Amino acid sequence: MKICISSSGNSMESVMDPRFGRCEFFAIVDTETNETKIIDNAAAKSGGGAGIAAGQLLVDNDIEVLITGNVGPNANDVLKAAQIKIVRGKKVSLNDNVKMFQNKELEIIEETVPSHSGMK
Amino acid sequence: MKIAVLSGKGGTGKTTVSASLKSSIENCQYIDCDVEEPNGGIFLQPEISNVYPVMVKVPEIIKDKCTGCGECAKACQFNSMAVVKGNVLIFPELCHHCGACILACPEDAMIEVERQIGVVETNSDESFMHGKLNVGEPISIPIIAMLKDMVKDDGNVVIDCPPGSSCTVVESVEDCDFCILVTEPTPFGLHDLNIAVELVKKLGLSFGIVLNKASENSKIINEYCDDRNIDILMEIPFSRKIAEAYSKGILPIEADADLKKEFGEMFRKIEGKVLA
Ligand code: SF4
Ligand code: SF4
Repeated sequence: MKICISSSGNSMESVMDPRFGRCEFFAIVDTETNETKIIDNAAAKSGGGAGIAAGQLLVDNDIEVLITGNVGPNANDVLKAAQIKIVRGKKVSLNDNVKMFQNKELEIIEETVPSHSGMK
Repeated sequence: MKIAVLSGKGGTGKTTVSASLKSSIENCQYIDCDVEEPNGGIFLQPEISNVYPVMVKVPEIIKDKCTGCGECAKACQFNSMAVVKGNVLIFPELCHHCGACILACPEDAMIEVERQIGVVETNSDESFMHGKLNVGEPISIPIIAMLKDMVKDDGNVVIDCPPGSSCTVVESVEDCDFCILVTEPTPFGLHDLNIAVELVKKLGLSFGIVLNKASENSKIINEYCDDRNIDILMEIPFSRKIAEAYSKGILPIEADADLKKEFGEMFRKIEGKVLA
């Protein structure tokens, strides 16, 4: 299974970034091979629709689970269509988030935040 | 003569100045381009008699023809599409109507459909016009473009611009003969004024400044303008009478006859500059 975590830095010891569309990096962890890969989130700097582009990036990387803070409605549409499970991570290292997820200690997000909340 | 009124940010009295100026000039058209929060009408009390829908073209998929190849989403520079498991998702609110996706589709599986994003409203002689962007719509340029198309070529026009210094302001000030930058004597006011000054300079437009809520703090704006040789066209004093009138939706020029005269004089000053 491939897990993706929104990240504030480019190592597995970096802290999770709660913003999905506008985080700087994504970490991808393959739980079968234990391989990890960090990719740049090119969408972070786009004017609009960052969440959609980030969602597309996850789809293109065959991600099944996303660990993040909040997902906006547009990104949620993309993730839902791709049947990617969204899990609410904690502001700790990426490694710890993966461990907590595997121990079923993280909450599955069902609700999304309204568009542009807190940005006006 | 077309005069645009702008300020680096909202809340400096841009609408008060625009509406006062319009009311001090004979035969003047007023256009409210602040389509997210058009409030010139609160002061000018127009009787709206025409409502025009503002439509934009967005892509739609012909499902039978679409192979799910994803070329359309790759072509979209505005992230308004995603292709997931062979299905195309379109986010019409983010679409900038560029048509790139339609050109990119190898199967001719896309068509353009119309979608309403807001309205333009006018009074019967179109001396008052404003645009209203539907709630939740992020892109206001098409409404401003429609308002600008309806500008009368003869006569005088006052254009109340959106706040800020983004593309909506650029669209609003385009083709204007003169820009009035409204500011107030605070460090924030100065900061935003500076951004507005850079913008109009870049666009090569002539401009001058109206200092609103002028007080003993006005020095910071005066010094800024002196240093750069920028004209302060007028100062509106900070006064209780004006603030009270404002809170009731009454323009300061109605509350203060001298002020009305000053607005008329400012208009003639600008006329002199533009015609010179
Ligand atoms: S018209 Fe342009 S902005 Fe709109 S979806 Fe197509 S490519 Fe994207
Ligand atoms: S480019 Fe055309 S065929 Fe390919 S996914 Fe888009 S609409 Fe479908």
